Amino acid sequence: MRKFAIAAALTVSIALLVAVAFLLHPFGYPPSQMDDYIIENAQSETGANNAVTAVVFDYRGYDTLGEATILFAAVTGVVILFRKRKRENKQ
Amino acid sequence: MSKIVRTMSRPLILFILIYGLYIIMHGHLTPGGGFQGGAVFASGVAMLIVAFGSYNIHQRLKEHHLSILESSGALIFIGLAFGGLATLFFYNFLVGSSIFGHIPPSGPNPGDMWSGGVIPIMNLAVGLKVLAGLSAVLLTMALATSLTEVEE
Amino acid sequence: MTVGIPFNIPFLAVAALVGIALYIIVSQKNLIKLVMGISILASGVNLFLITLGYREGGVAPIYTYAPSGIMVLPVPQALTLTSIVIAVATLALMLSMIVRTYRHTGSIDSEESRIMKG
Repeated sequence: MRKFAIAAALTVSIALLVAVAFLLHPFGYPPSQMDDYIIENAQSETGANNAVTAVVFDYRGYDTLGEATILFAAVTGVVILFRKRKRENKQ
Repeated sequence: MSKIVRTMSRPLILFILIYGLYIIMHGHLTPGGGFQGGAVFASGVAMLIVAFGSYNIHQRLKEHHLSILESSGALIFIGLAFGGLATLFFYNFLVGSSIFGHIPPSGPNPGDMWSGGVIPIMNLAVGLKVLAGLSAVLLTMALATSLTEVEE
Repeated sequence: MTVGIPFNIPFLAVAALVGIALYIIVSQKNLIKLVMGISILASGVNLFLITLGYREGGVAPIYTYAPSGIMVLPVPQALTLTSIVIAVATLALMLSMIVRTYRHTGSIDSEESRIMKG
């Protein structure tokens, strides 16, 4: 019974994914109003030649701040998990 | 590892370090930036750990040196974000005529190194952070799962 | 309405990757294979983000010695950078927890350590 329910849920999910893949916009023609503005004005507003770096650090700097926090938390978690316990003297 | 691997990895780590720093510093002109250059240098540290063994590397490169590097990268990033607080939180306050303030002509052009505002300094800060973080993860995991350790 | 490459082949590739990853996560019991399934799911989502922003016959959005032509969208590439870094951080933490579980219980089968012991 449980295997039947899991198989039914999996089939419905994969069918939904394939249906959405046909209903999206055609592949080479995305709707783009924000990116047209960024491609035209990135050189005069930020002064960088690389539009992707200008988006990562200037137009969307908050996301980079959150990502730096996640990297810091993950590194701290790995170092904590592998710490040796000091042997205390038990009488 | 054998003697050939140990001898060849000593000059190679210098070239890998220069390549990683080149990708970090030219982040506002060519594809690349802070995250990619930090990952290149962390792969160089992985080569050293494979060639020499994690116990020998741990005697020269402790974890609290890497922790100081990573924290200073994060503090420089936050300090630059607070620097433009007169207008907005993440405002690019160096575009104009200051340290990094040239504005390139529009359209295709050969790049100018001293352009970009606050972006090259942010690239350096994030590159330091990723470099130190990934090297600390690699060193800790290699040290804790090596075969010559005494199990508790 | 203009027609792109017929039948949206990259979106079908994303659907195949995510479907395989969901099947692995639901049906495997070995912990290492579970982590591999989660990594395949992350790769599928990154591919979806990049293929959302492709313009037909476009070049990279960089102005240094740029060839002539229209440029692809830069914002999905920036979001994909963040997603790759987060996937690496999550993978490191998951593998460390598997090592600790193996040292504590002695096996990497997820059925062995279901009931909490002291």
